[in-house]
Amino acid sequence: MSSTNLSYRIFPLGDTAITIEFGSAINSSINNEVIARFQQLQQQPFRGMIEIVPAYCTLTVLYDIGKIKKEYPTGSSAFETVKKIIEERLAQPVEHINVGEHLVKIPVCYAEEFAWDIPQVAAKNNLTVEEVITLHQSIKYKVYMLGFLPGFAYMGEVDEKITMPRKTEPVPIAAGSVGIAGVQTGIYPFASPGGWQIIGRTPLKLFNVGRDEPVLLKAGDTVQFHAISIDEFHQQENDSLF
Amino acid sequence: MNVRIIKAGVLDTLQDLGRYSWQHLGINPGGAMDKWSAQVANILVGNNRTEAVIELHYPAAELFFEEPALIAISGADFSAHINAEEIPLGQPVLINKYSILQFYGLKKGARAYLGVHGGFDIPIWLNSYSTQLKARAGGYKGRALHKEDEIPIRSIPSSLTQLLGKTEFLILPWKSDSQTGLIKEVPFFLLEGDEWNRLTNESKQKILSESFTVSPQSDRMGYRLKGSPLTTTNNTEMISSAVNCGTIQLLPDGQLIVLMADHQTTGGYPRIAHVISAHQSRLAQINAGEKIRFSFTSQQIAEELLLQQQQHLQQLQNACTFRLQEYIK
Repeated sequence: MSSTNLSYRIFPLGDTAITIEFGSAINSSINNEVIARFQQLQQQPFRGMIEIVPAYCTLTVLYDIGKIKKEYPTGSSAFETVKKIIEERLAQPVEHINVGEHLVKIPVCYAEEFAWDIPQVAAKNNLTVEEVITLHQSIKYKVYMLGFLPGFAYMGEVDEKITMPRKTEPVPIAAGSVGIAGVQTGIYPFASPGGWQIIGRTPLKLFNVGRDEPVLLKAGDTVQFHAISIDEFHQQENDSLF
Repeated sequence: MNVRIIKAGVLDTLQDLGRYSWQHLGINPGGAMDKWSAQVANILVGNNRTEAVIELHYPAAELFFEEPALIAISGADFSAHINAEEIPLGQPVLINKYSILQFYGLKKGARAYLGVHGGFDIPIWLNSYSTQLKARAGGYKGRALHKEDEIPIRSIPSSLTQLLGKTEFLILPWKSDSQTGLIKEVPFFLLEGDEWNRLTNESKQKILSESFTVSPQSDRMGYRLKGSPLTTTNNTEMISSAVNCGTIQLLPDGQLIVLMADHQTTGGYPRIAHVISAHQSRLAQINAGEKIRFSFTSQQIAEELLLQQQQHLQQLQNACTFRLQEYIK
């Protein structure tokens, strides 16, 4: 918990959105500020606000120019009006609450047939495949943000001994694939082209169209991976709609 | 009643004005590429602007109407025909049961929009009718339209059916003359992106003085542009952050991509500039192989142009609602 809030930079993202940047590093305390400010604005939206998109160190707010102009006719531009509203909100301190309280356990099968790139990750870091598997499960990861695909969670940070740069060209990747890119780890909710190094696969569905909240993971969640066998994978695959 | 697809098009999907409030879960807004024309199609047939429309690419689907309907086509001109007779773009057409709608050729533009009076009666997902192709959700079964698909539409009032009698179709006497999506002469207006100053002065100059060709690798996610390669003075890797529709990113090979309706929610390439919202519909009507130019504008002008478009649509809606009242008793 903290009530010291970070300094920020604010800039337009086109003519319908504004971005607030709280830092420029993948870092838990910067991201906690992003999540706290996301919750603050979600709970108290201003008139004309459309939605908010949190990322590693930024928060982006989309707004309706027509509504802003109507609600606040004195501003020189909708952008200036929104900037002022946000600056007022940011002047109110917020506490970093609820971050990390929600723990999600995710089974991963690290078997060769799913872990397409694990030999390369091991070789690059002078480890055995077994050591990569153990190290990947050794940390409780934070979900920093969602993006790229519906339900794709960017998590970190992996043990520095298993970091690996992403591929230079995207390749087709299967749904449920668990990957590493730099210090990040993530799961592909759908089959998709992608550049992350694939080290396993989960039978869990990260995305369920039938739910009111269709994604399994949210920014601020904590994730713990645990290894399962191929047999367990196939068993769980059939009854894994969360 | 249903509209049946008797021949599939290359990519025809149900769309509306987009799915907002879910980007924090990685679910992008999507929606019609040319939102101006999607709204015009709805307005002409007396709908709310947020109703679903079918977005058609060329070659487009062929559709069979089981019952009478009031339709309008807006946006690109694909030479629409009802029962082998050409019908006008941007004008409501009352068609009889067993009508076949076909498109004979690509005359102008890239995307046509079909609106039907009453709207398409499909389930709404996360408050939007737009098709999310990646998640296979929303729209019609979460996918592009196939042959034999039957899309439910709401019935038209009996006064319109009576008016039609036994004629095959009747063109109603109001129209939208403003196909803003199809004016290509003026440059696309830009606002600076946060990484604009990463470009070398020479590259900045190129963006303003040279033209860029829309590459064949362009789709609903983004337009890839071909031009002379651009260079930066700062190659610091960026941390992923939100992007917006119209955002122009600089790819590692020095080429540009303009993010369109199906853009990802976040991205990690330098955001050089943004195409203003008021010009995005027009951009959505540019085909691969065509050349485009850019020039900068101000935040105030960008906002003013968007407001003018909204006012124009409101006036069109008032006029169309008034005219339609004469026909719906």
